[in-house]
Amino acid sequence: MTTFLPRSGDGGNAVIETSGLGKRYRRKWALTDCTLSIPAGHVVGLVGPNGAGKSTLLNLAVGLLAPTAGTIQVLGGTPAADPAQLARVGFLAQDSPLYAGFSVTDHLKLGARLNPGWDAELARDRVDRLDLEPGQKAGTLSGGQRAQLALTLAVAKRPELLILDEPVASLDPLARREFLQDLMEAVAEQELSVVLSSHVVADLERVCDYLIVLIGSQVRVAGPVDELLGAHHLLTGPRREPDTLPDSVQVVSASHTDVQTTLLVRADGQILDPAWTVSEVGLEDLVLGYMSQAAGRRRRDRNGNRHLEVQK
Amino acid sequence: MIEFHLDARSGVAPYRQLIHQVRHALRLGLLREGDQLPKVKDVVAGLAINPNTVLKAYRELEYEGLVAARPGIGTFVTGTLDGGPLAAHGPLRRDLQRWLVKARRAGLDDESIEALFDSTFRSASEEDIA
Repeated sequence: MTTFLPRSGDGGNAVIETSGLGKRYRRKWALTDCTLSIPAGHVVGLVGPNGAGKSTLLNLAVGLLAPTAGTIQVLGGTPAADPAQLARVGFLAQDSPLYAGFSVTDHLKLGARLNPGWDAELARDRVDRLDLEPGQKAGTLSGGQRAQLALTLAVAKRPELLILDEPVASLDPLARREFLQDLMEAVAEQELSVVLSSHVVADLERVCDYLIVLIGSQVRVAGPVDELLGAHHLLTGPRREPDTLPDSVQVVSASHTDVQTTLLVRADGQILDPAWTVSEVGLEDLVLGYMSQAAGRRRRDRNGNRHLEVQK
Repeated sequence: MIEFHLDARSGVAPYRQLIHQVRHALRLGLLREGDQLPKVKDVVAGLAINPNTVLKAYRELEYEGLVAARPGIGTFVTGTLDGGPLAAHGPLRRDLQRWLVKARRAGLDDESIEALFDSTFRSASEEDIA
């Protein structure tokens, strides 16, 4: 697949590359056995329910956390290893953290002092365009304005990779739209790679061209959105067992009524069996399919346990 | 200049919606040879969509010979689309009307007729592709 960035190739220059990556907080694993290679030039959506491990993965990528297991390389280097590495990656943590007592101008001065590659003109232009009052304290800005100021700081440091943790979760629908418009404009102008997380798939549907689904601390599926949508199909037909399907077809989720079976499947070729009505799936259906698969597995485990207890 | 819009509920991929809107505007004469398509940056900022989506749509239109990109300036319309000679519409419409009368006589209601047309149309265009 061709991408927006002229510098991106067919491999070799992954923005984030992990191998067997894991992070444990005391006894609980927040992320396990995560192996990923995210190519440059994409806007990557990291989706999954709350507590799935999204923030953990992003914090590992920016070097705020150290891995318990495995390795992670960001733009070919170790996260936060030195000032040069720090300058290449922009990070916007959850809820757009700013200094409440600092004015808009103070934030820009701070950005200029702390970042060697600071683009003062870009920062000023953005603040003008966003109609932010230079003297206004960040604590008195609206949620949408705070998010846009924080994005300005992250973009004006001219990173190669911008990482955003739930950037729109706390914004109202209009501010959400404006933030994403603004972000996409920055992507078009500056040709940066972006990784952003969200537990709401609909927010990401238009902006992402690469998707990672993280559920229960594990990566369930990852790849370019076009490829994922092309490889997943919704099958409906008379009731039958999923194991009658050929081996090349992988069932993601299944539901049955007394007469009908509905399957979300992953298959690289076409589904030729005329008994099935094949329809395309949207991004949201695809993600929900993987989520219900995980939920079904947990239910089965519990049933299995109960079964063992009865046998005792 | 046309302005794009997206229907999130249609289930049609955004880049396909953009292509469709350009083709539609060409058919209706809203876009003519030499007209410029909206700049990628403006579409992206207007719709909050990924730049790759717009580029993909423009590339496909270019491949179809309908537009051409001039590096650094923009993308311009180079081709035209029309729905075939209008003279052909009359006889085709009469054939279709005759067929509709037959379908009703056979006991099909509106929905069944639509479904039959749809599935026949689809399998015919799939055969064309294959």
